[in-house]
Amino acid sequence: MKIAVCIKQVPTREWQPRLNDDKTWIRDQDASFEMNEPDAYALEEALRLKEKHGGEVVVCSAGPSRVAQVIREALARGADRAIHVEDEGLASADAFVTSAALASAMKDERFDLVLTGLQSDDQGFAQVGVILAERLGLPHATIIMEVQADSSAGSGQGATLRVKRELEGGWFQWVSMPLPAVLTIQSGINQLRYATLKGIMAAKKKEIRKTAAPAGLSPKQKIVSLYLPEKTKKTQLIPGSPAEAAKELVRRLRDEARVIQ
Amino acid sequence: MILVIAEQRGGRLNRATLETIAAAQQLAAIASLPVSVLVPGAGAAGAAGEIGALQVKEVITVDNAALEPYTPDGFTAALQDAIGQLSPTYVLLPHTYQTRDFAPKLAARMDRALITDVTGVKSTGGQTAFVRPMFQGKLTADVTPQGSAPYFVTLQIGAYRADQAAKGAAAAPVRALAVKVDASAIREKPEAPFQQAKQAVDLSQAERIVSVGRGIKEQTNIAIAQKLAEALGAEIAASRPICDAGWLPMERQVGSSGQTVAPKLYVALGISGAIQHLVGMKGSSTVVAINKDPDAPIFEIADYGIVGDLFEVVPAIIDAVKQ
Repeated sequence: MKIAVCIKQVPTREWQPRLNDDKTWIRDQDASFEMNEPDAYALEEALRLKEKHGGEVVVCSAGPSRVAQVIREALARGADRAIHVEDEGLASADAFVTSAALASAMKDERFDLVLTGLQSDDQGFAQVGVILAERLGLPHATIIMEVQADSSAGSGQGATLRVKRELEGGWFQWVSMPLPAVLTIQSGINQLRYATLKGIMAAKKKEIRKTAAPAGLSPKQKIVSLYLPEKTKKTQLIPGSPAEAAKELVRRLRDEARVIQ
Repeated sequence: MILVIAEQRGGRLNRATLETIAAAQQLAAIASLPVSVLVPGAGAAGAAGEIGALQVKEVITVDNAALEPYTPDGFTAALQDAIGQLSPTYVLLPHTYQTRDFAPKLAARMDRALITDVTGVKSTGGQTAFVRPMFQGKLTADVTPQGSAPYFVTLQIGAYRADQAAKGAAAAPVRALAVKVDASAIREKPEAPFQQAKQAVDLSQAERIVSVGRGIKEQTNIAIAQKLAEALGAEIAASRPICDAGWLPMERQVGSSGQTVAPKLYVALGISGAIQHLVGMKGSSTVVAINKDPDAPIFEIADYGIVGDLFEVVPAIIDAVKQ
C-alpha cells in the first residue's frame, strides 16, 4: 500500500506568542517548532499499516525551508521518502492554499491512502485533509480512531477500508469506503514511536523531493488583526508561597464561592 | 441572505444549531441581511417548528434519500444544489464533528472561503470580520473572507448561547426545497453509531471535579490529584492527552470528545485550556486553575488562579482543606 502522510511544522507547546510589527502574524524567527501532534499520530498509523500490508510511506509537507526539520524526524521514525513543497509564503498560508500546494505535488503519485492529522496546533483550520480529498477526487473520513484495511489493500485499487470515526460525547461510527481515500487522524489512535539512532542515520540517505508551490494561489481568508485573547472572566490570581496561596484559595472557596466545606 | 445549516437527527435538533442562529442574528444586524435556516435530512419537518419560533425569515427543509444516513458525499452534493438555488451571502454552520466532516469539501467544491471555529462577529474598518482562536487559544485573530460569496463560517460550540437566539413575533413560514443528488455517487458506507462502553462514571452529575492535564507529567503523579479529589469530595477527571496515554480511563475525559460537565467547583491542574477541553467544562460555576504558565488560556475562564508548580501547590491545598 502506497501511503502519504501530510505533516505540518508548528510552534512548540511552550512557545510564548510574539506578534510581528503589523500584528497580522507571529514573529517566526522567535519561535521554536515541532511536528504537529495529530500529524505524528497519522505518521504512526501509516507506519503500522505499512508493517501490516507492505508498501511505502511518503511524508508530504508544504511549508518554508525550516520544515525540513520535521521531515527529517518523520524519515527517522521510519517513513521511506518525502516530498517538500517549499515556499516561504506557506508559513502562514490558509487551508485552501496549503491543500492546493499539497495536491499539486501529490496527484501524480497515485497514493492508495492519504493520512493527515485532524487539525494543526497553529491555525487549527481542521480543513486541509478534507479539501485535499476533494482536490484529489477521493472519498474521505475525519477524526479517525481505528483503521482496518482488507487483505487486498496491498494491491491498492479495488480494495476497501473500514474506519472508526469519533463522534461527539463518546459515540463512534464505522464507515467503509473504497481506496484510494483520505483520512484525518485523531490524537490518541495509537502509541507513538520515537526515532532510534539507527533510524536517524538511515534518514540521512532518504530522498526528499523538493518542489515549488504552484503559481497564482490566492488565499480565501485574510488575518486583519492578531492579538492576545480578551479575558471573559476576571481571574483572581492568588499570590504568595505555595502554602500561603493554598491557604488563601481554600479560604475563598469556603467563604466567597462557598463550594467546599 | 444568511443561511444557517441546521443539524438534526430524527427531528431532534442539535442545540449548537440554536447557538449558530444567535450568531446569524448578530451578523444580520451588521450586514443588514435576513436569516433563513435550512434543515437537512429525514425528520427535518419535525425540527422546523422549533426553529420557526425564532426570529428568522423562513425555514427551508431539504429531505432527500441521499441525506440519510449522513455521508460527506451526500451532504456535499445536496447542499451544493440547495445553496446554488438560494444564493446566500453567508452560510453559517455549528462547528460540530459532522460539519467538520463535510463543510471543507462543500466550500472547496464551490471554490469559496470557509472560516472555521468562529467565536464572534464584528464590523471593523467597514468590513465584516470573524473572530477565531489560533495557536491553541494563545492568540485571537480577526479574519475576513476573500473572493466571492457565499462565505462559509462555522461557529465554535458554546461561543454563543442558545437562549440568545431572539424569538420571532409570529411563526416563520416553512417550505420544502427539492434537490437533485445522484445517490449512486456516494462512496462512504456508514454503520450505526454506537457507544464504546457503558459510561460507568457520570461526571455531569458531579458537584466537584478535580481535573488533570499534561502538567501532571507522569502517570504516578495522578495519585497527587486523587488525594486532592478525596480531600475536596470531588470526582477525578482529565483532559484528552491524559486519557489518550491511558493514565485515566476514557470515561473520565472532559471535553468535546468526552463528557460535558458543569459542577459547582472545577479544579484544573496543569491544564493549559485548549478549546476542546474548555467547551466541556466552561459551564462550571467556579473554576480554579493551577498552572506554571501565567499565559495559559485556562486563566481566561478561571475565577481563581495560582501560578505555580502544582507539585508544591496541591499538597499545600490538601493540608489547608484538612485544617
